[in-house]
Parts: sequence; C-alpha cells; structure tokens
Amino acid sequence: MNILYDERVDGVLPDVDKTGLLLALHTQWPDLEVLQHQEELKPYECDGLSAYRTTPMLVVLPRTLAQVQGVLRVCHERQVPVVARGAGTGLSGGALPLEKGVLLVMARFNNILHIDPAARSARVQPGVRNLAISQAAAPFGLYYAPDPSSQIACSIGGNVAENAGGVHCLKYGLTVHNLLQVDILTVEGEPLTLGSQALDSPGFDLLALFTGSEGMLGVITEVTVKLLPKPQTARVLLAAFDSVEKAGRAVGDIIAAGIIPGGLEMMDNLAIRAAEDFIHAGYPVDAEAILLCELDGVEADVHDDCDRVREVLRLAGATEVRQAKDEAERVRFWAGRKNAFPAVGRLSPDYYCMDGTIPRRELPGVLKAIAALSTEYELRVANVFHAGDGNMHPLILFDANQPGELDRAEALGGKILELCVKVGGSITGEHGVGREKINQMCAQFNSDELTLFHGIKAAFDPSGLLNPGKNIPTLHRCAEFGAMHVHMGQLPFPELERF
Amino acid sequence: MDDFDDSARLLEQVNQALQYPTPLRIQGGNSKAFLGREVAGEVLDTRSHRGVVSYDPTELVITVRCGTPLSELADVLDAAQQMLPCEPPAFGDQATVGGMIASGLSGPRRPWSGSVRDFVLGTRIITGHGKHLRFGGEVMKNVAGYDMSRLMAGSFGCLGLITEVSLKVLPKPRQCSSISLDMDSDRALLRLAEWAQQPLPISAACHDGQRLHLRLEGGEGSVTAAHDRLGGELLDPTYWADLNEQRLDFFNADQPLWRLSVPNNTPRLSLPGAQLIDWGGAQRWLKTDADAGFIRSIVEEVGGHAICYTSGLTESPFHPLPTALLRYHHSLKQQLDPQGIFNPGRLYAEL
Repeated sequence: MNILYDERVDGVLPDVDKTGLLLALHTQWPDLEVLQHQEELKPYECDGLSAYRTTPMLVVLPRTLAQVQGVLRVCHERQVPVVARGAGTGLSGGALPLEKGVLLVMARFNNILHIDPAARSARVQPGVRNLAISQAAAPFGLYYAPDPSSQIACSIGGNVAENAGGVHCLKYGLTVHNLLQVDILTVEGEPLTLGSQALDSPGFDLLALFTGSEGMLGVITEVTVKLLPKPQTARVLLAAFDSVEKAGRAVGDIIAAGIIPGGLEMMDNLAIRAAEDFIHAGYPVDAEAILLCELDGVEADVHDDCDRVREVLRLAGATEVRQAKDEAERVRFWAGRKNAFPAVGRLSPDYYCMDGTIPRRELPGVLKAIAALSTEYELRVANVFHAGDGNMHPLILFDANQPGELDRAEALGGKILELCVKVGGSITGEHGVGREKINQMCAQFNSDELTLFHGIKAAFDPSGLLNPGKNIPTLHRCAEFGAMHVHMGQLPFPELERF
Repeated sequence: MDDFDDSARLLEQVNQALQYPTPLRIQGGNSKAFLGREVAGEVLDTRSHRGVVSYDPTELVITVRCGTPLSELADVLDAAQQMLPCEPPAFGDQATVGGMIASGLSGPRRPWSGSVRDFVLGTRIITGHGKHLRFGGEVMKNVAGYDMSRLMAGSFGCLGLITEVSLKVLPKPRQCSSISLDMDSDRALLRLAEWAQQPLPISAACHDGQRLHLRLEGGEGSVTAAHDRLGGELLDPTYWADLNEQRLDFFNADQPLWRLSVPNNTPRLSLPGAQLIDWGGAQRWLKTDADAGFIRSIVEEVGGHAICYTSGLTESPFHPLPTALLRYHHSLKQQLDPQGIFNPGRLYAEL
C-alpha cells in the first residue's frame, strides 16, 4: 500500500482554489514570503525521511506571529490543509507535505527570547535549534537535557511535536519531562497557553497531550524549557561481550545494582565493525556486542559508581572492560556510537532506521527474531540500541537501485515493529509515527483506541485540516492494511466496508 | 483483601450509567474528597479492583490496578529498594493508586524528580463510550498516538475511569541526609535559586517562616560534600513526610488552606496570613482568611495559580481557566465523555 497520502483510505481532502488562496494571502500580507514555483518547492518535498516525497502546493515562510495567525485563519476559512514544519530533520515523515496543502515553515522563528538562570528556564521561539539552547545556557552552567542525535540541526518546535528523545532519556527524561510551557495557535488561529512558568497549571494536562501530537492539534509558536545544572563530571566505560544475551543481561544487572547511568548504549558486531572502520574509536571488532555506560554527576559519586559498574560488568561475563582514561578518549568512545548511522551507511548504498521499543528483558529473543527476519528477507541488519530505556534502532541495509529491495526493506521494517508490539513494546520510541509508521499503528491500537484518538483530534481540529494523514490512521486504512495480514482466517475490523 | 481483577464489574457499572445516563462519583479511599467541587452521583468504588499486575525491578516499571492501596505499592517497591520518586501524598491510610493518578499530587521531591504525570508510562481506561482501552505501555519511550496516559494524570476522573497504570520507578538513593539552616525566607529564596544552578544533590527544600530545611540525596560522596559545604543542623528526616501529609503545626491553624503554584524564583508573596515555601520556591502554602479573588489576582500577577484546599470555601476551588482554554477543555470532555457521567463538575462546574 502506498505510504503517500491516499484519499481513498486516508480521507478525501478539500479541493483548493490555489489562485484564490494566493490572492487572499497576498492581499492580507503583501510581505509574506510564499513559494509557489516548482524549483522553489522542491527542497521542501520531504523531511528527514527522504524516501517519501510530495511537492507541496505552496510553502509559506512567515516572519511574524501575526502572519502565522493570518495564514491559519485564511486556510481555515478556505478549508486548506496545513502541514507545519521546523528544521525538517524528522525521521518519520511527520512534516511530509500534501499536494493539496500549505507547508507552514516555522524555521524563521529562531530567536532565543530569554534565558533565566535563576528560574532555570529558557523561553525560545519554535525554530531555535536544540543545541543552540544548551549553548546559550552554557555561560550559566546550565543546559537543556534532551539530546536527539540531530541536535545540531533539529528545532525545538519539532522536538515538542515529536516528543524527541536522545541517549540520556533514562536519567533525564524525554522532551515532555523538560518543558514548562508551550504556546500554540489552534487551527483557527486562536492563541492558547499550555502549561505555565510554574511547575503545573490548572485544568487538564494539555501540555502533555500536545507534546508528541505531531502537529495534529495546533501550531507551536513558543516554548519554555527547563534547564539543568551541567553534571560536574562524566565518565564512560566500554565493555565487550562474546554474546548479545550476556550484554543484555548486564544492562539489567547495572540497574539492579541501583545505578541509573546517564547513558547506556549497546551495539552489535555489524554496527561495531562499521563504526570502528569509520571513526577508529578503538572498539573491539571481534566482540559480539559492546556496552557503553556513561556515569555522570558529582565527582565522588561518579568515581564510586564506576567501581560498582566495573564489578557488575565483570560478573556479567564481560570479556573486557575499559574506562576512558581522559576526556579525549571519552569523546572518541561516544563518537563511534553517535556516528553509527553514517558508519553503517558506508556499508550499503541505503539504510532504513527503525525505532521500536521493547521491555529490556525481551532483548535476546527480539534480536534472535530480527536475525531470522534478516535471513528471510535477505537483507543485513545492524543493531544499535539505547539499552537503558529499551529503544532499539535496527538499521536495515539495502540498495534502492536494486529492484524490489526498498519494498523488502519496508516489509522487514514493518515485521520488526510488529514484533516489538507483540512483546509488549511500541512501534516508535522517539521518532514518531508521522507517515512512516501509519500502518503499524493498526497493529499497536485496536479500532476503539484509534476512534478515541480521532475524538481527541476532533476536539481541537474538527475539520481535520492540521497535518492530515499523519500519526493516527483512519479505520479504513487499517482495514485495508489488515486485509493483507489475515490472521487465522479472521479479517480485522470486519465491521468496516471494504473499497 | 486479595488481588483481584474486578474490571468486568467496573465496566458493567459504567455501561449501566451510560444507559440511563447516571453521573458517577469515582471513589477509591476517598482520601482526597476535600479537593475540588462536590460531585452528585452514584458512587463507583474502585477498591475491589486491586493488586500489582506486574513488577520487574530491573525494568524499572510497575503495573498496578487502580484500587491498590498506595501503602501496598510503597511496600512492594520498598522491598526491592525502589521508590516512586514523585512522593505522592496519601492524606490518610486509605489512599489508592487510582486516586494518586487522578489527583496528580506530588510531594517534596517534585521539582527535582518530576511529578506523578512524569512517571506515568501507560494506562488502561474505561471510557465514556463504555470501552476498556489501553494506552501507552510498560516501556520508557513510546510516542505512538496521543499521550492519553499522561493526560489522565491530574484530570480528577473527569475524562474516564483509570483502571490500571504502569509507572516508572527508580532505585532509592544510597545516602540521604536532612539539614536545617537559620535564615529568613527572602534570603532562603535567593540561596535556593543560586544552589539550583549548581550540581548539588538537593532533593527537597522548604522554608517554614523561620528556617530553611533541605534534604540531600545521592551517593555517599556528594551528600557528605554538600553537607560539609552547607553546614546547618541535622534535621529529623520524618519532617518530609509530615510536610507532605500536612501534619506540621503550620497546617493545623484554623484558617483556610491555599496551595499557590508559582515560578520557582518568585519573591516572597505579599499576602495576609502565614506562608510556607516548598518545592524550592515553586509551591507556597498559605493559611489565610483573605478573599479568593484577591489571592488569585496576586498569584496570577507572578504567572502562577491558586487552589483552595479547604472544602466548600469557594465555588471554584481550582483556579478558573481563561475562556478559550475552558472551551477546549469542554470539547475534550465532550469527545471523551459525551454523556458527562464521569465526576461531572469535580474540576469545574462546566466540565
């Protein structure tokens, strides 16, 4: 089934009078930058998930909030779908445009409005880059904790929309745990403040609801994040194992010892070799798995924790445990992990990055099943894993120029995600559903749950104009998708008519 | 009482209520009945649906049924040297897990650890459409679909019946030490803002009008070093439970009690009555006879909100919402509970 918007199963979109819309926008905002020619629209046809591309009808690049509000009002009046976009680094196609829609680019809103060291907060516009917040807070000894690997480029508005994670989530939480306030405009252009500058606010927790809602409920116009004092010190241990199972058990043992590492990452042999080849981080290339365990905090505690973890790793059967002897080596150990994706990219013309989560205890079984799927689909899979929080990033290696390989990669990816759901996990830990995992949502949620999600959408955007087709599949899509996976002769969603 | 899955009965009662329709007053231990507006409705007692569904300490996740006593949850975690870091207050020995989530109240560690909502990973909910559904899960990271689970925290039962919840838990700190320093509240607020910008292992900070009380938690090294640096006298650690459960003398005074939630660096608020500063400055308790409108105008000025903790004193114990926001609360309620059977009016008269 085509992953691009398909009106047959995703819902009919209103036909837009493009000339009338352009005229309305121009009359109201003569200064508003609007892109409409094919060559200008081209750069906006995809986000970080470049396998899927759609040329938007128009791209608007507002510079003021009044313009954003105006664009939303005009689009609402004329029933024009709107897709909001930040830096466009998302990996699930959450900002994939629509042929019949406006792409609302918020990247120009890139001002840090206020860093308040006494309140430990930063008030920023949505187009501010994730890393720029930490850089601006650094002179005060503070930083913004969530660090998705795209942090040099991704913007905070997108981080909120996707509830972005990173390698330090187990200890420091996701985006949702590090926000105080988000200001939004509704589909009608009405401003709302969710959360507050205090630690809580009256009423329902709409701040939590909007975080990770993938631009379906409103457009983010301002974000206040919490800042934390920078840990005094960080040390990293590298442990090698002769089996993935042993490495997986070691992770549980570290936590059982009462230690919550700042970062805890696992890589399998294919990923280790790729990273070592690329970065020369000093990884043991004959190990079946390595663990990177970062301990951060106050010097004395980190020293004690390192001793404890080293002992735990030894007892868990590590063939080798190394502690980075200085900051340079610590950075090198991490560089291998942080560049694992491009490193794997050197092994193969294309790769497809998955984002499932599982309860950690299921790791050995899931890795075995992935290996079996890899053989079945005749595609190599490298495994990189945020081991501390159960977030897997299997990388499927393929060559898009070989007929059928992209389809096989997608099918294999889908199987891996369904496997995650089966063992009690989720189809996405931090990349979001977007367009990419829209079909797998049908495996994770039943029709009543999806119906409730549609109800939430309707509470904020009854006409369904904000980012249509993302995050929550229609029941018709699930019926059609399910029809391809008839289980024991039982058709899922039998109550729905088939087209 | 034994562990028991009584969800079928809960679902049946909801479905019956939907049929007529009859408003339901969701009730666990009834320990937080004093909070919010009074609900007229048939009692839906959750306490028979109880017990730990699953708990694997190395996964740092526990799944519990809503009627489980909070004390039982604490005991189970305690046995594995773990805890729910947000320290939800119980207000008596009857409190249940469902009430803890629905009220969303957190204790002294909240500014450093996060709130009840921050530890929610997944829920099962009986909806206003008479369905028993599952959202979120038992994994730390999960961004599939809208975050229904965290939305349920603090919703006071107005959006549906929470039957089960999965919570993130953490190991207990290795070392804990409490101290008390002699300083006035202005100075205390300044020092707290300063210390919060440094990697100090503070996990609770409260000023009672005379003295600043601090709790230090972490490894042996950091706690000892912070203790040496900050000085002060040792404080009996039961202080924090007494503060959390409102057993300190401060709470006994005969005047109405208000909770003020303000930005953490807000200076001392000029309000009549006695104040106690908690959450390192972000939460202020106020004992006063002052008028609700006056209190709220002062707190709004600094970007905060005020909840009345004394039952029956004001028509709207929760801080009134701006009109636009209330409208979206209303449409959300309409979608999730179209017949308005779940705790109608508990949060606001209109919901």
